[in-house]
Amino acid sequence: MPDTITPGEKKLRVVGTRPVRPDGVPKVTGLARFGADYSLPGMLWGKILRSPHAHARIRSIDTSQALALPGVKAVMTAADLPEQKFEYVGPERTAANFWHMTRGIMAREKVLFEGHAVAAVAAISKMVADEALRLIKVDYEVLPHVIDVEQAMQPDAPLLFEDMITRGVEPAPDKPSNISKRIEFKIGDIEAGFAAADKIVENTYRTKPVHQGYIEPQACLARFDADGQAELWASSQGHFVIRALTSRLVGMEVGNLRVYPAEIGGGFGGKNVPYVEPVALVLSRKSGHPVKIVLSRDEVFRACGPAAGSVMTVKIGITKDGKIVAADGVFTFQAGAFPTSPVMNACMCGFTPYDIANVRSVGYDVVSNRPKTAAYRAPGSPISAYAVESTMDMAAASIGMDPLQFRLKNVAKPGTQTVWGPKHTHEGFAETIRALMQNPAYSTPLGKNQGRGVAVGYWFNNGGESSANVHVNEDGTVLVATGSSDLSGTRASMALMAAETLGIDYDKVRAIVADTGSIGFCGISAGSRTTFATGIAVVQACRKVIDELRARAAMIWDAKVEDVVWEDGCAKRAGKGPGEVETLPIKAIAAKRTVTGGPISAEVSVNAGGVAPGFAAEFCDVEVDPETGAVKVLRFVAAQDVGRAIHPALVEGQIQGGVAQGIGWALNEEYIYDDAGRLANPGFLDYRIPVASDLPKIEAVLVEVPNPNHPFGAKGVGEANIVPSLAAVSNAVSRAIGRRMTELPMSPPKVLRALDPQRGS
Amino acid sequence: MAKQHVAATINGDAVEFLCETHQTLLDVLRDELGLTGTKEGCGTGDCGACSVTIDGRLVCSCLVLGVEAKGKSIQTIEGMAAGAELHPLQRKFLEHAGLQCGICTPGILIAARSLLERNPDPTEEEIRLWLAGNLCRCTGYNKIVDAVLDAAREMRRK
Repeated sequence: MPDTITPGEKKLRVVGTRPVRPDGVPKVTGLARFGADYSLPGMLWGKILRSPHAHARIRSIDTSQALALPGVKAVMTAADLPEQKFEYVGPERTAANFWHMTRGIMAREKVLFEGHAVAAVAAISKMVADEALRLIKVDYEVLPHVIDVEQAMQPDAPLLFEDMITRGVEPAPDKPSNISKRIEFKIGDIEAGFAAADKIVENTYRTKPVHQGYIEPQACLARFDADGQAELWASSQGHFVIRALTSRLVGMEVGNLRVYPAEIGGGFGGKNVPYVEPVALVLSRKSGHPVKIVLSRDEVFRACGPAAGSVMTVKIGITKDGKIVAADGVFTFQAGAFPTSPVMNACMCGFTPYDIANVRSVGYDVVSNRPKTAAYRAPGSPISAYAVESTMDMAAASIGMDPLQFRLKNVAKPGTQTVWGPKHTHEGFAETIRALMQNPAYSTPLGKNQGRGVAVGYWFNNGGESSANVHVNEDGTVLVATGSSDLSGTRASMALMAAETLGIDYDKVRAIVADTGSIGFCGISAGSRTTFATGIAVVQACRKVIDELRARAAMIWDAKVEDVVWEDGCAKRAGKGPGEVETLPIKAIAAKRTVTGGPISAEVSVNAGGVAPGFAAEFCDVEVDPETGAVKVLRFVAAQDVGRAIHPALVEGQIQGGVAQGIGWALNEEYIYDDAGRLANPGFLDYRIPVASDLPKIEAVLVEVPNPNHPFGAKGVGEANIVPSLAAVSNAVSRAIGRRMTELPMSPPKVLRALDPQRGS
Repeated sequence: MAKQHVAATINGDAVEFLCETHQTLLDVLRDELGLTGTKEGCGTGDCGACSVTIDGRLVCSCLVLGVEAKGKSIQTIEGMAAGAELHPLQRKFLEHAGLQCGICTPGILIAARSLLERNPDPTEEEIRLWLAGNLCRCTGYNKIVDAVLDAAREMRRK
């Protein structure tokens, strides 16, 4: 069993147990309905025509033959979507520009990557829809393309946008380029810091774009009625955000669109934004029929954003006793065909685990002829952590210091200044590193061709807008509704927190995900925010319900509400005799609701602050086969500060899943392009994600340093786990072969090349 | 071409359907028969989400044509529980939190049952190798393997 390290005594009754999740049974019987599982009478199938070129001007699109095909009910192009204003909106970290976004849904002037949508049809069957796509004539003027990020930055590179002037550079460049943005964060004086260093280590690293690899392709069902009202069944990480983005993209009022949350078959950041929803809605509007779109795996790879690839240079200066005195990083990220990769996150997170007086982080956001990147589990942070943690490993080795001891010596604490603004305010980093150091496996000896690698990682976590409704049913059972998409068991966490707060059993609480027409706004389930922020809304709603239950009990007893307390699911007051207590259980109060004021419920909406960051420390042991270059991960131990594990089995699952993705990123996964700029591996055969036999048991160590700003101490747990994994594997391989690896994935040819430059070519 | 008439047994019941000659068994199950518990993750036989058994043999239903089901006995996830009683594998997946998003779960359950029919006492390595054709992106497989081991243990006792 995994360890749980808990400072202080737990006095919780329900939180921290491992019950079966409320949505579990339908998921093992096949009855749960995911995005592709909804149908309506008269439904049509929508299909999307995609560009065969990496970069081309669209001279014309002739849809007449497709529209004339029997069984075709609607054809759409970008002309059916309203033009959007060119402006960056929202926080700079994730700045969105609807002018870009509408072109991402469907190409206008140009196609910018192979797989870029150019038109769509709705027809009575999949086969007729496919036939109709073949009848659409697109006249392309093929343009030179650029795939690689370093080539895209060259002065003579083909330009995706002829008027793109790099933002964040003063004075502004006078020539356009593919560099969308430059950002810089700085504290202290890095020149002075490096001058004071006894040793300086520096290296350059490259990573490839990788896909989130959710097993469920994007899918939705749309119905647009003649009165302008529409309904959408969508698999997404946030149906409210899908509603907001989709309504704007198709040009309708938010209030006219109701979105129902389908079960979501994995997202990992990739389902934060719409791909198919605006297309299905427009096709439904044009045809007058419900329209279902289900993407193929090929389309998912080619057109639904992967994580960014990168080129990064990191330089670190240390004293001979192991104190880091200066750090400098330049992080260049592939944004894909439209601006805004998570490079800003990368710059902000990379050095943040450490207390370093002199730091500079520079980021470049670069467009090239690839699908626009999307978020992927702690977006940006695993990439910069790979470069930073590899360099930290070199620094520790250069003075012969244990790599975890080195990190512990330099770890950030409350009060430490971050490079990007605030000071750290939460404990947990040092505790997590210590928990990993204490793991017995950390000191086991290694065999031939084996290596052990460690790394740490930071992630912001998030709070934000959430709503919850808690209703006491007529029989005293409780319904908890939230608007947060449940990717991995958050309904169970909500039910646990509600049961704990109300003092009733877990099986008396039913937690559901409500649609956009049934509850107040909830942000996306991303940034490891749901159990934290939506959990706060649930607990606050439970507290309001408790106040109401106390008032009802007071009414029944004809007592003052101040004399009634709530304990163990009952209203209690002092009885007549000394030491006597009168009780009214929730069930009895619910039974008398009608005569005491009617239904008992509360809805709470919050904009949750007080977020505590995520932090993980990991080590892994690998064995390298010197004949083939294949790497086998023998052991993986991941410690993460989870604040408080609301449902420990689900928290372990988050850690194990994040690490598994990190191992795939480190060893196998990459987007491979041919010379024509076409993706060469758009399927699970050639884009190989880890299978069961590739992986060892992943040991999850839950470190519980509670967040004082959450009723039960929860910190977001979904993402920090993947942050160190890439570097932990790379550091292990580097130590196993005695050479520093600087490129991901570490596929067998690359490992062979590192072992012997003659062989790996 | 006219649709083909196919008579087959699905989850123990006699079923007849019409299908196009090019339609996969997966499409027939999902689109014609409404059995959407069998999932499509790739359509190319790489992910295992559409696993079913045909006459006891584990296959990806996306690689089988609907017409090939003629006269065959097909088992899908919808037939796994014995009425209201969950199969031990289904129960153990819930108890061990062997699923997160749940999209791969039906295919993995079908594949795991197929393994236990052949090998009631598999080692962890045998489970990992047998399930190598079923992709899961959420769990890292730990808890899936634990659930299969535990279900096998319980089923051997009976």
